[in-house]
Amino acid sequence: MTPKGNVEKQSLSTQPYCRSTLVRFADYVGGWIFKKLFEIGNAVTFICSTLSLIFRRPFQFNLLVRQLLLVGVNSLPVVLISGIFTGMVLATQGYHQLKDLSAEGSVGRFVSVSVVKELGPMVTAFILAGRIGASITAELGTMKVTEQIDALDVMATSPVKYLVVPRFLACAIMLPLLTTFSIVFGIVGGYFTAVYILPVKMNGRFFLEQARADIYINSVVVSLIKSSTFGMAIASVGCYKGFAISSAGGAEGVGKATTGSAVTSLISILILDFVLNHVLDTIW
Amino acid sequence: MIHIENLWKCFGDKEVLRGLNLHIPRGETSIVIGRSGCGKSVLLKLVTGLMKPDGGEIRIDGEEISNLKDLNRIRRKIGMLFQSAALFDSMTVEENVGFMLSQHSSLSKREIEGIVAEKLHLVDLDGVQRLKPAELSGGMRKRVGLARAIAYNPEVILYDEPTTGLDPITGSEINRLIQDLHAKLKVTSVVVTHDMDSAFSVGTRMAMIHAGQVIASGSLAEIQKIDNPILQQFISE
Repeated sequence: MTPKGNVEKQSLSTQPYCRSTLVRFADYVGGWIFKKLFEIGNAVTFICSTLSLIFRRPFQFNLLVRQLLLVGVNSLPVVLISGIFTGMVLATQGYHQLKDLSAEGSVGRFVSVSVVKELGPMVTAFILAGRIGASITAELGTMKVTEQIDALDVMATSPVKYLVVPRFLACAIMLPLLTTFSIVFGIVGGYFTAVYILPVKMNGRFFLEQARADIYINSVVVSLIKSSTFGMAIASVGCYKGFAISSAGGAEGVGKATTGSAVTSLISILILDFVLNHVLDTIW
Repeated sequence: MIHIENLWKCFGDKEVLRGLNLHIPRGETSIVIGRSGCGKSVLLKLVTGLMKPDGGEIRIDGEEISNLKDLNRIRRKIGMLFQSAALFDSMTVEENVGFMLSQHSSLSKREIEGIVAEKLHLVDLDGVQRLKPAELSGGMRKRVGLARAIAYNPEVILYDEPTTGLDPITGSEINRLIQDLHAKLKVTSVVVTHDMDSAFSVGTRMAMIHAGQVIASGSLAEIQKIDNPILQQFISE
């Protein structure tokens, strides 16, 4: 066999292999993109359907009140604890960082600005994504698998109106309230740390003056708008993931969807935070 | 009452229903039999509008439902007993049975309680109103599901595998209840099952689905005379 013949044989044998690998790769990537676009389309339709049903009768306030209690009142202890410790950590870290710049007197300002503008809404949303978003997915997913959502449909009741709308509104309303508590207790935690725990004890009145110095009503409004949007995102992701489970998915499907819901909510919160910071900063 | 013409339903490449034709007459208890996975439950989901057909027509009381905008108007005429009973976990038996009344009627709480007690009595389950579904046995759950299905006085009751997962005695009790309800309420019933004892004890008509189509239908006497080996093997096993 000549060397030329060898080369020809080699190229003939590898060419179809390369082509089929490329085709398979393109097929896989294309399929993945198509699947994701289809999912996004479904999610957008789901959210639009939820928004349109909010203003349609009947208004079932009892369902909304139940969800407000579940989302808000039951989450209060964990939000308060996380708020206090966020403030305490911020005061400790802020003190050590600012000390190097000889600006340790600004710990109050550092804590309040961080908590009001960013950490209050974010930490509260993260906690609610894990606590409420995942629980919504697990509950609705179980209802889907056990045909309870089909039963609602057969009984001429819209599952979106009955199950999704109260959860969506409860999250949108309660997140800003919980965030307010988180901010207040964050500042309280920072105050406690700065006044009683840090190596150089700060005067309480001075801390509070510093804390108030850079906080304007706009900052608070932006923070509450952000947290309400995070609430809508958490409820939408939680409900959509629960509804998207196939009836044949079983317990495994519910478990996967619950994990997926928490992860998607967290990523959505981070993306929304970035977008809202830019948009709201431009407006105000 | 229910006319199904040339009904097609596919899941991916799998054609579950392939041009199925079926007529469910008013006031009769029609049994739909067929092997597991032949599309019996899919047929019920299509009739209730839970799924959209890929082709064909489903008419209930002369109205084509596949593209109907206000499907809920038709659904108020239908009661359905799900295979798993599909009771709402978070509600009591009373709230489950009275669900449609609380959603779609202007009856007072006391009136709804009265109707719920009456329907529970019809399925031989008195005094369980305050219990949660988790506190009920399999047979009791089916009975509560049945009470919920008849609570709104439907014209059609659909039963999806009513005796599946029950012991023979409880299964017989459910069969007797279906017969009693048919006698008392004079409703049109569709029972999807592969339990032949149940089929022959509650049905007045029967249809068999095989390979996505109805291969035989008629009264119970007619069905037994049809010379189709698949049908005969199924009903004799």
